[in-house]
Amino acid sequence: MNRAINALTRSLNVFHLAGSACNNCDIEILDALTPRYDLERFGITLVGSIRHADVLLMSGVFNKKAAIRAKEVVEQAARPYLVIAIGGCPATGLMFRDSYNWDCPPGDYIHIDAFIPGCPPKPEAIISGVVTVIGALRSGALVPGCMQEPQAQAEPAADLLPEAASVGTFFD
Amino acid sequence: MNRSMIILEFLLFPGLLFTAVAGLMTSWVDRKVTALVQMRVGPPFLQPFYDIRKLLIKETCVPEEGAIGLFLLAPLLGFAAVTVASMILWRTLLDLETTFVGDLIVLIYLLIIPALAVILGSFASRNPLASLGGSREVKLMIAYELPLVLAVLVPVIQADSLRLGDLFSGPAPAASLSGVLALLVAIACTQAKLTIVPFDMPEAETELTGGVFIEYSGPPLAMFKLTRAMMLFTMPVFLVGLYFGGLVTGPGWWPKLLGFVIWFLLVAITIVIRNTTPRVRTDQAVRFFWGPVSLVATLAVVLAWMGW
Repeated sequence: MNRAINALTRSLNVFHLAGSACNNCDIEILDALTPRYDLERFGITLVGSIRHADVLLMSGVFNKKAAIRAKEVVEQAARPYLVIAIGGCPATGLMFRDSYNWDCPPGDYIHIDAFIPGCPPKPEAIISGVVTVIGALRSGALVPGCMQEPQAQAEPAADLLPEAASVGTFFD
Repeated sequence: MNRSMIILEFLLFPGLLFTAVAGLMTSWVDRKVTALVQMRVGPPFLQPFYDIRKLLIKETCVPEEGAIGLFLLAPLLGFAAVTVASMILWRTLLDLETTFVGDLIVLIYLLIIPALAVILGSFASRNPLASLGGSREVKLMIAYELPLVLAVLVPVIQADSLRLGDLFSGPAPAASLSGVLALLVAIACTQAKLTIVPFDMPEAETELTGGVFIEYSGPPLAMFKLTRAMMLFTMPVFLVGLYFGGLVTGPGWWPKLLGFVIWFLLVAITIVIRNTTPRVRTDQAVRFFWGPVSLVATLAVVLAWMGW
């Protein structure tokens, strides 16, 4: 087993990146971190800064403006890190996919390592998903996107986000 | 004692390795007791070691516009200071003859440096949230250093010496009224010196999202975490030596066992305070330390002077 992966999976610091959404997934994520489920048993703790994070939990709808911020946040993470999408929205957009401000799912411009589906997934489902991810990492079935060869990373993000790219920063 | 022996002492026992391992064990006690207070199981024993190991394999991100040299040097500064402080403390505890004139002053200065390093690192990162946390840490330091030095003065007055060896071998100051008051003040100041709840506004996980440490990642962050864990171990040891003196440095095993029990009680008090109080604002902390705490500390000094 890769020593880096072993060190990583024993102590996962989670950063919660919430897109604009109905907040149900955010509530379920917080539920999973409460004393009832006690994720600190496995070394999983919530951190406030992206620089401290090993896992980025993405939840909610990433619309055209949120997509720019999401990309910026992921670029600031210290390698190696994992990106896990919680709920149906980051995967497909669900009922928001026909909205005027929705362009494409975040998987098109960020390498997402795992999806935990559900609307919203229960804390048990989130824990089960994280355990599956840890198992896959240790067995080598899953290699974090940031550790793969460069061509595997979704580079043509600017083409996929023509309008988002032209929006510029929020204050322009 | 020859030079290589001192280097060995610095690196292994009672310096770097011993303090780091003991500090991480203390931080496990902290996390486990916190978990028990919240009625959950808590992390496994090796969790603090896993955390440090993980941080060592992570990438070191440096802010583009920050003062990179200072940013990377600051964690080392605090780490080195707490290691030397712990080494001076433990050498004197184990062998009272190794003391030198004024080592108490050296120790107090060395124990200030980790907080200074955090301030320097946070300002060097040029992150607005880190700067805000750093300025809070400055104010907190200004608040707690005065009563802490006053509290340390009480054993000095009672032993009439500035040498750690004399302080650690005399009758216990905690057996007198002034000593008890000074110990209470020192416990409050320790809480602020370690920047743990209720005085954790420099970090303020929920409002400054990590505050002073926000830009740190990888090995420098590991060094800061290790420094904090070592301070959590060293500060109570310092208080045990200072306020229980000869009780814990006598010959045989009983004084050492007593010293360990008192040390554990001090750590437990810190953890219980951390779990039962909310974070205070900076102005509340300054008012608390300059008001009632400084008053009690002054009273303790006056009482010590009068021989109580």
